[in-house]
Amino acid sequence: MTSTLPQPLPEVIKESGQREVFCGLTSIVWLHRRMPDAFFLVVGSRTCAHLIQSAAGVMIFAEPRFGTAILGERDLAGLADANEELDRIVAQLLTRRPEIRTLFLVGSCPSEVIKLDLAKAAERLNVQHQGRVTVLNYSGSGIETTFTQGEDGALQALIPLMPSSDQPQLLIAGTLADAVEDRLVNLLTRLGIDNVATLPPRRSTQLPAVGTGTRLLLAQPYLSGTARALIDRGAELIHAPYPLGLQGSRAWMAAAGAACGIAPTAVNDLLDPLVERGQRALAPHRETLAGKRLFLLPDSQLEIPLARFLSQECGMHLVEVGTPYLDRQLMAAELALLPPGTQLSEGQHVEKQLQRVIAQRPDLVVCGLGLANPLEAQGIATKWSIELVFSPIHGIDQAADLAELFARPLRRRGALTFT
Amino acid sequence: MELTLWTYEGPPHVGAMRIADSMEGVHYVLHAPQGDTYADLLFTMIERQQRRPPVTYTTFQARDLGGDTAELVKRSIADAVERFRPEALLVGESCTAELIQDQPGALAAGMDLGGIPMVNLELPAYSKKENWGAAETLYQLVRNLLKQQLPAPGSPKADPSRWRSEERRPRVNLLGPSRLGFRCRDDVQEITRLLAGYGIDVWVVAPLGARPGDLLRIPSADANVCLYPEVAGAACSWLERSFGMATIKTVPIGVGATVTFLRELHQTLGLELPAELMTADDGHCVAETRSQLPWYSRSVDSTYLTGKRVFIFGDGSHAIAAARIASQELGFQVVGLGTYSREMAREVRAAAAELNLEALISDDYLAVEAAMADAAPELVLGTQMERHSAKRLGVPCAVISAPLHVQDVPARYSPVMGFEGANVLFDSWVHPLMMGLEEHLIGMFRHDFEFVDGHRSHLGEGAPLGSERIADGPKGPGDQNTMGTSGESRPDVALQWSPDGEAELAKIPFFVRPKVRRNTETYAREHGLQTITDEVLYEAKAHFSR
Repeated sequence: MTSTLPQPLPEVIKESGQREVFCGLTSIVWLHRRMPDAFFLVVGSRTCAHLIQSAAGVMIFAEPRFGTAILGERDLAGLADANEELDRIVAQLLTRRPEIRTLFLVGSCPSEVIKLDLAKAAERLNVQHQGRVTVLNYSGSGIETTFTQGEDGALQALIPLMPSSDQPQLLIAGTLADAVEDRLVNLLTRLGIDNVATLPPRRSTQLPAVGTGTRLLLAQPYLSGTARALIDRGAELIHAPYPLGLQGSRAWMAAAGAACGIAPTAVNDLLDPLVERGQRALAPHRETLAGKRLFLLPDSQLEIPLARFLSQECGMHLVEVGTPYLDRQLMAAELALLPPGTQLSEGQHVEKQLQRVIAQRPDLVVCGLGLANPLEAQGIATKWSIELVFSPIHGIDQAADLAELFARPLRRRGALTFT
Repeated sequence: MELTLWTYEGPPHVGAMRIADSMEGVHYVLHAPQGDTYADLLFTMIERQQRRPPVTYTTFQARDLGGDTAELVKRSIADAVERFRPEALLVGESCTAELIQDQPGALAAGMDLGGIPMVNLELPAYSKKENWGAAETLYQLVRNLLKQQLPAPGSPKADPSRWRSEERRPRVNLLGPSRLGFRCRDDVQEITRLLAGYGIDVWVVAPLGARPGDLLRIPSADANVCLYPEVAGAACSWLERSFGMATIKTVPIGVGATVTFLRELHQTLGLELPAELMTADDGHCVAETRSQLPWYSRSVDSTYLTGKRVFIFGDGSHAIAAARIASQELGFQVVGLGTYSREMAREVRAAAAELNLEALISDDYLAVEAAMADAAPELVLGTQMERHSAKRLGVPCAVISAPLHVQDVPARYSPVMGFEGANVLFDSWVHPLMMGLEEHLIGMFRHDFEFVDGHRSHLGEGAPLGSERIADGPKGPGDQNTMGTSGESRPDVALQWSPDGEAELAKIPFFVRPKVRRNTETYAREHGLQTITDEVLYEAKAHFSR
């Protein structure tokens, strides 16, 4: 893969220490909705089970969509055969939920430390339940993955099942909200790109094909492994910034148009009015955000595109942009658009980073829920970052909504009075 | 392996975190992989704490496993002690760290920590759970801090009535309240106020709000009130064994249990029993009128509660208390009783036997769900987990015990203990049942235009989405009124939604759909548009986003 060289940015702060981030298991919280016919079975400890239900348990499920095979002392002591145990549990699960079409065995820290071979188990179970359910495996462990990287793992597990076809098509990878996906596909169709497929699909059994005719467009920045695996299947990666904000989304669509041989005039004719309209919608939020100092803590790898949008289109000043992992190739187009002198950080030493937050007193801190309320209590406005993974934020028409997510906490602070 | 869809308890290190977070001046260094910091959210979000939990995680990753994780532990301990300067340090491991066996406690013991007490927590993550972890942590902490004060073997037992000779009011410790416990914040306030009314002082409350120095004062109280046996049981029996301190064992949840608790307390402390706590000839005692529950429960409005079948599940103490209230104070028929607290199995079995039931002792959510379905209750009193099965079975449900979620840490005063606690319980258990009555009517008369399937009017919900047009609610002038009630509406033939416009509208979340519909139509009228396409919807969206 070639990459355009970004303009020089200051040296990236690379820190190691306590990391206040989710593990990849958390991806189950949105993937189970994207593919309602799939079930996610974590093989791990009570901690893993507790994590997922703490995240998703506020919703009440008549039918569970995820669960944990909790390892006990017998499993650790080797008294119970792990594969027999798994077979028993999967059979029990399929009895209760016969309509499941895809079963993900999700690896965790404990299963990886004791080197449980879930890939092999998935193969064996596939043979057992052939025709009824497909069994796949990926890792969501904290030692290997951070938050959204869980989706990267899940998509990579699906790739071998994608049929081969060299027909020309545009493949959009990364979970999008339904309405956003419809809108983007609709606009691409109007551009003249007829053959648009998405990964992950809305049903786990309706996987798109992939081959040498496939042009790959990433909707999410955290799909390093997925992108490489699709390229290995013959897909050609379209280099573009991510579809956040007006400019990012416009460039993303334009790159798709260019890759599919659409005339630039057609692209301009369709997108320019949308961008202009978007600017009108964005204006009030820009008023709130312009000149405000922003500090992003690492969470999902969305931080760099978000920082680009908030500085370029909303006039925010970037104090520090933290990301859990920086894939320079997939981030090249974004890095080129960051204002010169932007301070990036990769990894985390949370205490030191919080010291920088307190010292800088930014106007808005984008951070996880473990830090948000404590920072608010210290008088620092926060925007909790997980919401960005659960909100329709992609595309030109959503730019104002995305800006509003950041303007809202600031407006709220202005709106509240108790004396 | 066991298949777990929902777990009633977290791992034991979460119990240890609950103790650390409940206290002041205690810090916990936890050897754990990246990602285990999710537990911070339990405290910052569910308990809505204004500070980070006092926990330092080593958050090792795969690349650290090839290196020296023991060194990482030592660095984390040294950093935490220097940065937070705690008065006591807890050191332990999570389930994954237990597998790599770095012995963080032993490492800490070999370090110079400036003389602060250090408690090495051995919490077997693959056999024990959250409440056990909390109980063990509290016990180890108390034991560690009080070892200097241990009376010599063979010393006489502490006299719970020594307050007389010392010429002071009797005083007791309230042990067990903690963060992520069920309503502990308000239970402590309610019991403290209740005891003050009988001339009894609260001496130390622990772990909630206590510092390590406060734990040193525990033995100078006259008795220990074990409010939450799941958390304080082990510490209370050690204090009984080592210091001869009496333990008050009745948990004051419900009117009857509160009266029993007060009598036990007076007897233990050698206090004269006030007349209002004595049972009169008519079988009543005056103290019970301090709660509204007895009258509310006797009033005719509650007659329909008689014999309602109720299924009860939770931690041991809340399940036992709920069973007594349900059967004796509300007149329900208890058709199922169980607990996930194996430590409390004997007590729950005894309570179930009194109701001619066999107790369900299980932490298997599926087994509980099956038992619930078998019992065919009309009301479920359970945990956050029972809300899932109750939803599946379509049974009203109220939460009586941890595990809980954010809605069960309310802003308002909501104890479940004492006389006010009984008031809270009456309201919250009967509330979902009103819905049950409504459902009966809906079941009888299915052709209603307002009370349709799935409608829960007393929960303040609008009519459900039986019809998109009805669900959209009142519309601007010129909209067709499909209800046909007012007869005043003029169909606006000039304005039409194209199929793609309708399709786009249908994708808007239903709670904002009416507003988007209205805004879009207003926009179309203002701009002289006759057909509303998806583009018009987006135009309007951009227009109104100001």
